[in-house]
Amino acid sequence: SLPVGSVCVPTLATTDSKNIFQYTSDKSISSPSMNSQVLHSSLPSSKTMHGFFSAFCTEENIEQSISYLDRELTTLGFPSIYAESKGKELNLISIINCMNELLVLQHKNLRAQEEVEMQHLKLGSDMDHLQNCYAKLKEQLELSKREIVGLQERDRQLQNKNRNLHQLLKNEKDEVQKLQNIISSRATQYNHDMKRKEREYNKLKERLHQLVMNKKDKKIAMEVLNYVGRADGKRGAWRTDKTEARNEEEMYKVLLSDYEQRQKQLLVENAELKKVLQQMKKEIISLLPPQKQKLKERSEDGPVLSDLEEDIGELNKENMWELSCETVREQLTNSIRKQWRMLKNHVEKLDNQVSRVHSGALNEKDVISREDHEMETEKLELEIQQCKEMIKTQQQLLQQQLMCPCDDDTTVLLQDCYLLEERERLQEEWRLFREQRKNFEKERRSFTEAAIRLGLERKAFEEDRGTWLKQQFLSISTDYKRSENVTTPSAFLGSSDQDSRLLKSTSQQRKPRCMLGGPVSAEPCQISQYIAHNSSSAALRKPVGDSKPNQWVESDKETE
Amino acid sequence: MNFSELFKLSGPLGRFSPDGRCLASCMQYRLVVRDAGSLQILHLYTCLDQIQYIEWSSDSLFILCAMYKRGIVQVWSLEQPDWHCKIDEGSAGLVASCWSPDGRHILNTTEFHLRITVWSLCTKSVSYIKYPKACQQGIAFTKDGRYMAVAERRDCKDFISIFVCSDWQLLRHFDTETQDLFGIEWAPNGCVLAAWDTCLEYKILLYSLDGRLLSTYRAYEWSLGIKSVAWSPSSQFLAIGSYDEKVRILNHVTWKKITEFEHPATVANPKTIVYKEVEKSPSVETERLSFPPTRALANSLFSTQSKYAISEVPLSLHYVKPAADRANPKMGIGMLAFSPDNCFLATKNDNIPNAVWIWDIQKLKLFVVLEQLCAIQCFQWDPRQPRLAVCTGNSNVYLWSPAGCVSVQVPVEGDFPIVSLSWHSSGDSMVLLSKDNFCVCYLEREEVK
Repeated sequence: SLPVGSVCVPTLATTDSKNIFQYTSDKSISSPSMNSQVLHSSLPSSKTMHGFFSAFCTEENIEQSISYLDRELTTLGFPSIYAESKGKELNLISIINCMNELLVLQHKNLRAQEEVEMQHLKLGSDMDHLQNCYAKLKEQLELSKREIVGLQERDRQLQNKNRNLHQLLKNEKDEVQKLQNIISSRATQYNHDMKRKEREYNKLKERLHQLVMNKKDKKIAMEVLNYVGRADGKRGAWRTDKTEARNEEEMYKVLLSDYEQRQKQLLVENAELKKVLQQMKKEIISLLPPQKQKLKERSEDGPVLSDLEEDIGELNKENMWELSCETVREQLTNSIRKQWRMLKNHVEKLDNQVSRVHSGALNEKDVISREDHEMETEKLELEIQQCKEMIKTQQQLLQQQLMCPCDDDTTVLLQDCYLLEERERLQEEWRLFREQRKNFEKERRSFTEAAIRLGLERKAFEEDRGTWLKQQFLSISTDYKRSENVTTPSAFLGSSDQDSRLLKSTSQQRKPRCMLGGPVSAEPCQISQYIAHNSSSAALRKPVGDSKPNQWVESDKETE
Repeated sequence: MNFSELFKLSGPLGRFSPDGRCLASCMQYRLVVRDAGSLQILHLYTCLDQIQYIEWSSDSLFILCAMYKRGIVQVWSLEQPDWHCKIDEGSAGLVASCWSPDGRHILNTTEFHLRITVWSLCTKSVSYIKYPKACQQGIAFTKDGRYMAVAERRDCKDFISIFVCSDWQLLRHFDTETQDLFGIEWAPNGCVLAAWDTCLEYKILLYSLDGRLLSTYRAYEWSLGIKSVAWSPSSQFLAIGSYDEKVRILNHVTWKKITEFEHPATVANPKTIVYKEVEKSPSVETERLSFPPTRALANSLFSTQSKYAISEVPLSLHYVKPAADRANPKMGIGMLAFSPDNCFLATKNDNIPNAVWIWDIQKLKLFVVLEQLCAIQCFQWDPRQPRLAVCTGNSNVYLWSPAGCVSVQVPVEGDFPIVSLSWHSSGDSMVLLSKDNFCVCYLEREEVK
């Protein structure tokens, strides 16, 4: 270790020593004391204002400053700079270490200071920013508050207005009600007054009427030159109950005929409308695509309702619509409504499809593409064109055919041909017609003959019947005469050609009387009359020709 | 169109006979009967006092002349000019007189409507109908002349009596639910009777011939109600014109309103044709023309003074608001008439006094509006075809048909303010009446397809 007094200036600061010396020892350069030299050389070589460094240690207080420094360092935890604890010799190494430590510390502190300053700046700017935001928000809040207040004010005003209007409306309504009440009360009042006046007026009228009637005014009369006939030429009639009843009847007839006429008109109208509905229904059904209809039917109606549809189908047959019962009408209208709805759905679907096509989403199955459509139409047009041409050529050929024969004879002949053909056909038909007519004539004749014959036969038959009956009577009477030979009616019936001959002769005799030749149907009546007549007469009479049957019939009755 | 010369008239009373052969007119106390075609005087009758009313009997053989001041009715015969008949009501007074449909009875309404006396020209019998109602249309005959309905009022209640005209037997008598029955009218089919209430109450009642109430119709309460009523010739429709400027049409099946016709001051529908009468400077000569004109001619000038021009729609019509404090205000539908073929209805809104509105009944829409320069006095349909004659108090007569519209000036010297007109039953001529004169207008018949 070096003595305190003799400190060599280390080579550390040789470069700057001069500077230091010059720098630091402005005042006392001429007397270089050890302290000042030592101290001067240990200072850091920064060019910045270290002028005050010389203020701490001067030549006079070197020892004090050293001991002060030592004290400070030891309190800071550095080892002492004295070589010994009591001596005045300085431990250079420890001094250097301390200096290094101090430098390091200084660097650290500087860095820390920088950081702190940085952070400080940052915080400062943050703070500014936050303050700005805060100020802005505060402003906004103020604004919003003011707005709210304004809106509230407006709301209040509007509510007031609303309330006022409601009030006005209520007032108006009340007034209207009041006025109506007033009107009605006035009306009743007027009616009452009117009635009172009317009653008074009626009384006056009655009085006047009495006076007029009482006066027996000769003046109230009608003078007429002569009475005129009635417009319809009939005589006047008294008014009786009968006429009253007739009038009632007439009135009801008039009413009834009017009602009947109206009903007829309504029926006609009804029938027409029903026809129209039927037609519409058919057309709607035809418009709808068939499978869809079936599908719809299957999906919409259940199995029960499809029966109904069948029934409706039956009812829709031609003459059923003439029925005018409720159910038929309802069914008809319901079915039309249903069909119409289906048609509407169908049309809507088509519309949708069309719109989809327009928007580009093609469903190729359902929709024919436009090109195909156009191709089809072109094809059809071509076909039409071809057909037209063909028709034209045909027409031309026909014309040629007709016009072709160059000489008139052939044309005439041709025409004649046609005419001849026609004529022959007509002749044929005429012949047939004539034949038929002849046949009809023949048949008619035969029918008439047959009818005549039939008539004659019938006449003859009736004659026979008459004669037979007479024969019966006669035979009955002859039977009575020969009473022993009473036979059964059958035998009586069966017997006697003789009797019949007898009867025939008698019948011939009695012909004019009994009018046998006359109307056939009258005969049996005549005879029955005879019987009746005869049965009523008690006594047996003997008129010339007629008595026989009388007796015999009576006796017949007696015997029976 | 041919016009006859002017003849003197008082009344204004001028009527064609129902058979169309004669024309009767009054000149103070004289009754002049002329031939309808030549206007030659056939008969001249003198009555005892100034004639106030004349009416032909239904068979055109008799005319009655009523003199209300003296209370006398005189009847004249056309077959026997010497025949005379005078009915004197004496102190009973006379306010109205009319024929019965058979043309042999005269119904006189005595003063104060004390009673209606039925005088017979065939027999010496006299019938009385008591308590007749003093209202506008108190007696109504059915079209076939079989029944007569009389409005009565007893004990402050309204009644209707239906009589059989052949023997004047009372058929039905029933009360009506009206406050104050104002009028009754039979439907042309003779089976329904319409009875309507006073204008203070909108109520119309429909009765069947046997007295049953078929239906009641009320459009609204409190405001003034029915002003005019008209049946359509087929009895299908009943048109009711009311003070609220609307016409409501009821149908004969349900007696419910089927439509309302409004008469606003502004015609807005572009499909409506509006014929506006326009003054035109006079030209030298008047043309004789045939009618109806074609559409092309409709616009061209026919008369010397005015013509029709088709106006653009929308159009405002001249609207008059009547004084609110007067009774029987000039507002509402005052005139209603159906055309004889049922196709058109002509109406007049008293608030718009210069216009005639013609409605198409088949479409139930407004068809034509005729706007005149003066207020409409009278219009009447031709009894044979849908042709409407209108007069407005000047010396023009206006004719409208679906083919077009024409304005014709009556070629007379001086003033001839036509206040009323009446068609001949054949539709070939009509008589135009002013207060002091009348003139007959002959229309050439044109075969219109």
